[in-house]
Amino acid sequence: MKSTMRLALVLILAVGLSGCGYNRMQQLEETVFKSWGDIESNLQRRADLIPNLVATVKGFAAHEKETLQAVVEARAKATSVQLSTKDLGNAQAMQELLQAQGGLSSALSRLMVVVERYPDIKANQNFLDLQNQLEGTENRINVARQRYNQAVEQFNAAIRKFPNSLTNSLLLHLDRKEYFKAESGAQQAPKITF
Amino acid sequence: MTNIRYNGNPLWLGTLLLALLLWSANPLFAAPVPALKGHVNDYAGLIDPATEKQLEAALAQLEQTDSTQLLVLTIASLGGDNLEEFALRVAEKWQPGQRGLDNGVLLLIAKNDRKVRIEVGYGLEGKLTDLIAGRIIRNVIVPQFKEGRFDQGIIAGVTAIVGVIRGEFTAAAPEKPRPGRQSAPPGLIGLIALIVFTHLIGRTNRFTGAIAGGVLAPIAGALFLNLGIIGVLALIPLGLAGGFLLGLMGTPLSFGHTVRRGGGRWPGGFGGGGFSAGGGFGGFSGGGGGFGGGGASGGW
Repeated sequence: MKSTMRLALVLILAVGLSGCGYNRMQQLEETVFKSWGDIESNLQRRADLIPNLVATVKGFAAHEKETLQAVVEARAKATSVQLSTKDLGNAQAMQELLQAQGGLSSALSRLMVVVERYPDIKANQNFLDLQNQLEGTENRINVARQRYNQAVEQFNAAIRKFPNSLTNSLLLHLDRKEYFKAESGAQQAPKITF
Repeated sequence: MTNIRYNGNPLWLGTLLLALLLWSANPLFAAPVPALKGHVNDYAGLIDPATEKQLEAALAQLEQTDSTQLLVLTIASLGGDNLEEFALRVAEKWQPGQRGLDNGVLLLIAKNDRKVRIEVGYGLEGKLTDLIAGRIIRNVIVPQFKEGRFDQGIIAGVTAIVGVIRGEFTAAAPEKPRPGRQSAPPGLIGLIALIVFTHLIGRTNRFTGAIAGGVLAPIAGALFLNLGIIGVLALIPLGLAGGFLLGLMGTPLSFGHTVRRGGGRWPGGFGGGGFSAGGGFGGFSGGGGGFGGGGASGGW
C-alpha cells in the first residue's frame, strides 16, 4: 500500500509539472535566444562588409569624405553596442542597440544615394558584388527580425497565461523579452543635397 | 419613406464599392502563394512548352542525384507586394530542399514588375552565396531578359545555378522525417498516467475506480488535449465507464497478464491513435527545406 501511495504521488507530480508549463516556457525562451543569435550574426555580417564597401567607394569618390566618414563612425558605434541574451528583457539596452544599428542603416543609405551620382562606381563589378551582399544581409536581418519578434510574442504570451504565470513567479522567474522593432533612424528617407 | 430608401441605397452601394476598391488597391495586401505544380511553375506563360519539359526533366534529374530541389516560379505581377517578402513566403510554403539539409533554391520571376530573385536555402548559402546569386542574375539572366528572350534567360540562369550547386549534396541517404519516432506527445503521457492511476484506485473497489475515472478523465482532457468544455463534459461518462472496466482488470501494473487473459477487453473510450503521418503522398511537393532570406534580387 505504501509503495502504491508513493507511485501515485510521483504520478501526480509528473502530471502537475508538465501541465503547468514549466518545460514549455523554457523551450520558448530557448527559441527566443536562438532567433536572437540569428539577428546578431547577420548584424555582424553587415558590419564586416562595410570596410570593403567604403574602400571601394573611396577609390572612385575620395572627396565624398563626409559621407564615408559618417559610415565608418556609425559602424564603429554599432559594433560597440552588443546585447547578451541576459539583456533581452532590458528595454533600455535594446533601445540603445536599435539606435546604433539604425544610425548605421541611415548612414549606409546616404552613401548609396551619393553613389547614384557616380556611374563609374555603379558599373564596377566589385561594387556590384558588395551591393548584392549588403542587400542580401539586410534582407536576412529583416527575416531574422520577424522571426525573433514572433518568438518573443509567443514567449511573452506564454509567461502571462495561467497557470504558467504562477509557475513562472514561483519557480522560473523568466523576464518578458523586448521586441526588435524596425530601426527608427532607418525609416527617415535620406535627404538629397546637390 | 420609399424615396429615402431609394436615395440611400446607391450611396450605401457606392461606399461598399469604394471600400472594396481601396481594399484591393492596398499595397499591404499580400499576394497569394500559387499552387506548386512541379519543378517549373510558369504562371506568367514565359516559357514555351518544349523548353518547360526540358527544364522539368533536368531539374527532376538534379533532385534524383543530389536531392537538391531547384524550383522555378514565374508570375505575371506581384500586385504591389514586396519581392523579397513574397519570395520568402513562397519558399516557406513550398519548402524546396530536404528537411535537415535545407538544400532548396527558388528562382522567381515577376514579369510585369520586371524583377528576378534567387532565394537560397540555408544548406546552399555556402556555395550559392548572395554574391554568386547576384552575379548570375546580373550577368546571365538579365542580359537575356532585356532582349525579351525569357526562355534563354531562364535556361541560362538555371544552368548557372545548377553548375554552382551540383555536387554539394548527394541523394545517397536522404534523411526522411519520421513523425512517429519523435518523443511521445503530452496527450499520450497524460493518457497513460490516467489509465495507470485509475487502475490503481479501481483495484480496491470498482465503484471508486469508476468515480476516479469520471473525475480524472475530464481533468486530463482539459490539461493535455486542449478540449473545450463540451469535450471535457463528454469525458465524464467515458471516464466512469473506463474506470469501472479498469477496476475489473487484475492487479495493478501487471498489464501483460491482464491483456492475455482479458483478450482485448481494453476499454474503447480511451483508444484512438493520435498520430498522423506527415508525408505528402501523391503529387509533387517540397521536402521541408528551411530558408532565412539568403539570395539576391535584380531587375531588367
